[in-house]
Amino acid sequence: MFVESVLFIAFPYVAVTLAIAVTLFRYFTDRFSYSTQSSQFLEGRALFWGSVPWHYGILIILLAHVVAFLFQDAWAALVADQTTLYSLELIGLSLAIAAMLGLSVLLIRRLRSSRVLVVTSTMDWILLVALLAQVALGIWSALFFRWGSDWFLFTAAPWLESLITFQPDTSFVVSLPWVVKLHMLGGFAIVAIFPFTRLVHVITVPITYLWRPYQVVVWYRRSR
Amino acid sequence: MDVRSQVSMVFHLDKCIGCHTCSIACKNIWTDRKGTEYMWWNNVETKPGTGYPTMWEDQNKYKGGWQLDEKELDEPDPKKRKLKLKLQKKWGALGNIFANPNLPTLDDYYEPWTYDYENLFTAALSEEQPTARAISLITGKPMEIEAGPNWDDDLGGSPVYAANDPNLEHVTEEEKAQLSEIERVVFFYLPRICNHCLNPACVGACPAGAIYKRGEDGVVLIGQDKCRAWRMCISGCPYKKTYFNWGTGKSEKCILCYPRLESGQPPACFHSCVGRIRYLGLLFYDADKIQEVASASPEDLVEAQRSAILDPNDPEVQAGARKNGITDTMIEAAKNSPVYKFVKVWNLALPLHSEYRTVPMLFYVPPMLPVLAKVNENGKYDSARDFPEGLAPLMSALERNRVPITYLASLFSAGNESIVESVYKKLIAVRVFMRAQRAGDVPDSEVQQALENAGTTAEEVQAIFQLTSLPTYEERFVIPPMAREQAVDETTGVYAHKASAGFGFRKAPARRF
Repeated sequence: MFVESVLFIAFPYVAVTLAIAVTLFRYFTDRFSYSTQSSQFLEGRALFWGSVPWHYGILIILLAHVVAFLFQDAWAALVADQTTLYSLELIGLSLAIAAMLGLSVLLIRRLRSSRVLVVTSTMDWILLVALLAQVALGIWSALFFRWGSDWFLFTAAPWLESLITFQPDTSFVVSLPWVVKLHMLGGFAIVAIFPFTRLVHVITVPITYLWRPYQVVVWYRRSR
Repeated sequence: MDVRSQVSMVFHLDKCIGCHTCSIACKNIWTDRKGTEYMWWNNVETKPGTGYPTMWEDQNKYKGGWQLDEKELDEPDPKKRKLKLKLQKKWGALGNIFANPNLPTLDDYYEPWTYDYENLFTAALSEEQPTARAISLITGKPMEIEAGPNWDDDLGGSPVYAANDPNLEHVTEEEKAQLSEIERVVFFYLPRICNHCLNPACVGACPAGAIYKRGEDGVVLIGQDKCRAWRMCISGCPYKKTYFNWGTGKSEKCILCYPRLESGQPPACFHSCVGRIRYLGLLFYDADKIQEVASASPEDLVEAQRSAILDPNDPEVQAGARKNGITDTMIEAAKNSPVYKFVKVWNLALPLHSEYRTVPMLFYVPPMLPVLAKVNENGKYDSARDFPEGLAPLMSALERNRVPITYLASLFSAGNESIVESVYKKLIAVRVFMRAQRAGDVPDSEVQQALENAGTTAEEVQAIFQLTSLPTYEERFVIPPMAREQAVDETTGVYAHKASAGFGFRKAPARRF
């Protein structure tokens, strides 16, 4: 009981608090460190085959997680249809496998390219392994505990809601298989290490580029 | 009319001896750090040649600069034409952000190295001489040297390297053969720094909006706190003058030594130039015209850029300048600007590759290249016998120019040969005129003809000669007082914080430990 409280109540709160506080602290005290730390300049070919499937795969899957949680009723209606459910799971699984393959390419690339190895920090390794484990656990859940896009509505979703509304209730998740539990905890683990890694580049996604004018002129003596 | 000022530059290529002193001065000040070893914010390349990074002029490879679609060129009014980045649309920037397909990698520049000098001292006694192996400055491991920052310097390996120069595209086979004729092989040097363009493509390509142009002096800078290594500026700049610091994960570029400029000194590469080829001064331009200039038809690009540059002696321009906060001392500096004379008054200095449509503000006086020196047995010119058509051709007659006009037009006038030709006519007039003055062996009729040909006068020619051959330090570098203390005052209000933070600090200096 105590262990469950620590893992499924205390840990998520600590992780989110860390993520918000440290991300802000780092942004306002050490903004220079906010960078993707891209290594494409040192090695481009393998990066393409790793980075592109990884990013597109994981972004779409993450988006699906978030959308499904935010619009549960609509999502429930959607997966009530068997064909839709099968299709969604199949698409999700393929994207997850693409992401996993991409991530593996990136990991092997870091090990094999002596140039890229030079610019790899300990935190980079921790992050890579954490992400790889998280995606692997997700794929495992999808393969062996079928139709997660349906049963999450009665397990993970109410648990997360209970956390958000500050009425934590672990009863929704305690009886889940350990692989699924690890996937949930893994998510919060990544949230916790988020501000200590290069992952912070996620929040600086340059969406404003779409509407800013091409040219930027900065004046010191007048404001316009 | 929106009058703005720009610290602009002229490089006089006839005077460049290719000594690389500028490059070294720059490197010692700015790029001797980890992650920047391979960067040469200032570099000197041999032309014809492929330059640094290799083939930087090949925009089919790197997609730098701006472009106008065919159908845009059908629109007669340049103001209505729509420019777009050659690299990608704005959505493309987000789509390609995970792997930029047009990014040059380290091997397109070269892998920086040092030598294992220590081995020369510590090697064990042996039959062979100890060697100092090349050590990569990136991995720290022994490496094979395959390229360097000036791999085709002085046409080294020209059939292999220089033959790939994109500017040779329109040069005929006959002219190519003439270029590389044994013992008469011809080349010149092209020193390059950031052009601090009016329509910079690096700024346009940066997804993070980290790159900006300073309003007061036009210097283009990369905000290091805002750069997120999305890498688009590196492909976006057609001159490949933004570089990726692989250590910090930030882009860096030439800053025109703004800390030096602000304290009244010319940039280090200008200051150290042995041939004194570099001129620096203010240009006033009409910011409302930038779009129109950048969208001009290829043959009009140079003329359009000249038309956007304003006369600092014109009272109307001066009034516009004052309205935009340009001080009287800056207006004075603009009047004395050597750049204004070379670019606008004499029409001698041309922008490099204006077809990239970034409106570069570094201008080049194209090189005359070998005088047709032909010495007879006595070691003297016998003009009557060797040059029956008169002495003027001796001074590099245009028809006998060793570097094809097509090649020079490809570099300096977006292919418009008449612009390059008129520059050369004037340069020839200066030579003929001064030869007559100094040596007195050119008949007056030939001098008059040369002047007429170039559409110039004796006074102008003398002024050109003076600023080309005998300029003082103060004439070459007219650096306006930047009055940065006013700028700081107005933005941070030093007195507002005086009681709490002392002078100049934005927040109170605190003891942290």
